[in-house]
Amino acid sequence: MKSGGSPTPPADVFRLPDEMRSAIVDHAVRDAPRECCGIIAGRDGVPLQLYETRNVAAGNRFYEIDPAQLIDLEFRELPAQGTEIVAIYHSHPESQAYPSATDVELAFWPDAVFLICSLARRDRPEIRGFRIRDAAIHEVTLSP
Amino acid sequence: MQTDAAITVLVPTPLRRFTGGESKVMLTGSNVAEVLDALDAAHPGIGERLRDDTGQLRRFVNVFVNGQNVRDGDGVDTRLSAGDEVGIIPAMAGGAGV
Repeated sequence: MKSGGSPTPPADVFRLPDEMRSAIVDHAVRDAPRECCGIIAGRDGVPLQLYETRNVAAGNRFYEIDPAQLIDLEFRELPAQGTEIVAIYHSHPESQAYPSATDVELAFWPDAVFLICSLARRDRPEIRGFRIRDAAIHEVTLSP
Repeated sequence: MQTDAAITVLVPTPLRRFTGGESKVMLTGSNVAEVLDALDAAHPGIGERLRDDTGQLRRFVNVFVNGQNVRDGDGVDTRLSAGDEVGIIPAMAGGAGV
């Protein structure tokens, strides 16, 4: 994984290295028609490592990261690495890369960037990033 | 006479604003409900994020005791012993929806 050697970008910009972008698209394509999900761990908002996680939600239009996996990441794996959750990603296999009403309602991690990968156009997967706080959606610019 | 057990509560990042940034809180209680009561007494406001008006865990909050999800057992009535670790984790969930 690429480590952060450049200055921390402004708060409205999230650095998403190309290899992580590719990993998210690969995960989304592999799990379609189900939604995929995962987290990115980092330091000071700088992404360092991507973790694919299990989606335990029923159906093809929801995701819920396996809580057993999440609790292990939050309290053991990431503290041991000196990192924290900086982004949460999931896919929308058939719809746009924009938070749904469900995404907003269930946004319980206000400090993380929510990355959504749309496969609505299979020939051109799209990833966009958002902060979701108090039901308000703010798009963040993704830079490689 | 019951002696309350010393329990370590692990507080997830989104709820640390209630605990002054602390990720671990030491409390006492003989079951999960008592420990969550003690947590809310020590850090007012956190309790309503975790349980509904009936005292049950909210749908999108999970509590683990020593790595076991209490939903798979006795829920908030899960018994605790000294040295047990209670981990709280809000769901990461969503999706395109219906």
